[in-house]
Amino acid sequence: MEPVNTYRSGPDEQGHFGMFGGRYVAETLMPLILELEEAWHAARKDPEFQAELEHWAKHYIGRPSPLYYAQRLTEHLGGAKVYFKRDELNHTGAHKINNTVGQILLAKRMGKTRIIAETGAGQHGVATATVCAKVGLPCVVYMGETDIARQAPNVFRMKLLGAEVVPVVSGSRTLKDAMNEALRDWVTNVESTFYIIGTAAGPHPYPELVREFQSIIGRETREQMMEAEGRLPDALVACIGGGSNAIGLFHPFLDDPDVAIYGVEAAGHGIESGQHAASIAGGRPGVLHGNRTYLLQNEDGQITEAHSISAGLDYPGIGPEHAWLADSGRVTYVSATDKEALEAFQLCTRMEGIIPALEPAHALAYVTKLAPTMDKDKIIVMNMCGRGDKDVFTVAEALGVSL
Amino acid sequence: MSATRIDRRFAALKKEGRAGLVAYVMAGNPDLETSFEIFRGLPGAGVDVIELGMCFTDPMADGPTIQVAGQRALRAGMTLRKTLELVRRFRKEDNDTPIVLMGYYNPIYAYGNEAFLADAREAGLDGLIIVDLPPEEDSELCLPTVKAGLNWIRLATPTTDAKRLPAVLANTSGFLYYVSITGITGSASADAGDVAKAVERLHAKSDLPVAVGFGIRTPEQAADIARVADAAVVGSAFCQTVADSLDEKGRAKPDCVANVLALARALGDGVRGARS
Repeated sequence: MEPVNTYRSGPDEQGHFGMFGGRYVAETLMPLILELEEAWHAARKDPEFQAELEHWAKHYIGRPSPLYYAQRLTEHLGGAKVYFKRDELNHTGAHKINNTVGQILLAKRMGKTRIIAETGAGQHGVATATVCAKVGLPCVVYMGETDIARQAPNVFRMKLLGAEVVPVVSGSRTLKDAMNEALRDWVTNVESTFYIIGTAAGPHPYPELVREFQSIIGRETREQMMEAEGRLPDALVACIGGGSNAIGLFHPFLDDPDVAIYGVEAAGHGIESGQHAASIAGGRPGVLHGNRTYLLQNEDGQITEAHSISAGLDYPGIGPEHAWLADSGRVTYVSATDKEALEAFQLCTRMEGIIPALEPAHALAYVTKLAPTMDKDKIIVMNMCGRGDKDVFTVAEALGVSL
Repeated sequence: MSATRIDRRFAALKKEGRAGLVAYVMAGNPDLETSFEIFRGLPGAGVDVIELGMCFTDPMADGPTIQVAGQRALRAGMTLRKTLELVRRFRKEDNDTPIVLMGYYNPIYAYGNEAFLADAREAGLDGLIIVDLPPEEDSELCLPTVKAGLNWIRLATPTTDAKRLPAVLANTSGFLYYVSITGITGSASADAGDVAKAVERLHAKSDLPVAVGFGIRTPEQAADIARVADAAVVGSAFCQTVADSLDEKGRAKPDCVANVLALARALGDGVRGARS
């Protein structure tokens, strides 16, 4: 691949990040996608929209989230200083709300009267149901039957918030099938409905607009790090399912060559086991859900099932910008297994008094490997993108504890 | 482009003064050999154009009936390579009936676009309908397909307004597939009056024959469409008939092929009698 002057200029007008991205959708949806693109470009330039976004970020989400020095963990690991960007302290307990606030404001601007979303772990579903409750719009959340079983608290939360949770029984009954079902709904209800996609994937302009709404994570981190340490960090680490929390942290730093960047995929039972959700390590380029990206698939191009203990990472693809950043070499993609994530989950809980979600526990698992290899004057920022309350049942089961 | 089997078939239909029947069947459903028996029997049962469905794990524009048909085919070991093999076998006994492959892009992309087009041409395929490749991605597979001498058939929908229509018509050949509803396959059927207006609008902008599909299940509905369009497309009803002709273990019962072909005959009669 040709060296580039900037890693922050994508996507191009057709929504491509190099060979990745694009708009691979049914014709019924094309006019909507184009309408959304137009509305998005107008909104992002509109000071009023930006002001509204900032107002919600401050008063509803609770931003800025703290940049927290994890002192005991740092001492325990014996290497680089470890900071957490505390997006788990956001309203609803994860980074997801940064995006749903942005998209609901866009939906209102476009005059849409009904909201749909897909969800895996339920965090995006909760974040969508939350903003729908706040603006008073009906909300339908598609969720795989398998995920409904393992994320019961979030299902109830969504219902309390007034959303209709529709169980998806097709395919593998997880996140990818929920996304198929949401797309089918959208094709059917084109006039009224806005589809709030939960990650930086899907047809253009979703990967771009989700990234922009999530980039507040990285922008705040830059400022807070300058304040705390007077310089930029040496390394960034974030977990990757679709990759919205990661691209949100990474994007503002992509053109700082001295900042090493690591995305951590879910290796499930191990890459070699075939039971994992690591699209970059174990997949190859393909087209699904409106974009070209790395996908888990068989020789015939059929999508294979992902596996991770974390429902939020259990997706056979990855956002197209990550696919491009992997090929360009700017970001290094690594992976952590279920077991490693569980260990990191417990370590963090005991060392820092922070119960992480299983998703960032994957990022933390890599931090525990990376930090000891770095000098004590080096700095790592990890995105603590969600809190682990939703996962206590899963963790108890994995540890053989009956509640 | 010289006239393809599709062009010739629609020209013949026009001469006959009737609309055509387009049947969508899923390759490999419920198993390879039964699906071949259905496939080869369709022309004799009154089907004018065959759409052969390529199974895919994530058919985002399809309703439950076709989803399940595709899953059944996948479980029975169906692949794109085997689908092309079915076309090859069909062509040994029928060199006239047009065959269009319909499905999603990823299996073709995984096969390799160039290799796929070469093999598809050699197998005797006539055209492609790839649901998730809109005009914006034409350089991907559409232009190479046209260059290879195959028809690229596009879907027009109720959301295709006057502004969008030129993009949909560009590079489209063979026929235009009008999706009569906003929705997935197998949904409720559209109002025939609305369809007539839409077809008129498309005919005003294009010389291509217009086939209308989504939601057509019965001979009466097919006849209604045949009165206003150049062809009626039926898909989910065929997949449903296959589903209704399986034993408790999901295997084809002895009358599976006959049931599907009987439906084709009834639909064919509906279409043929429509304008008389």
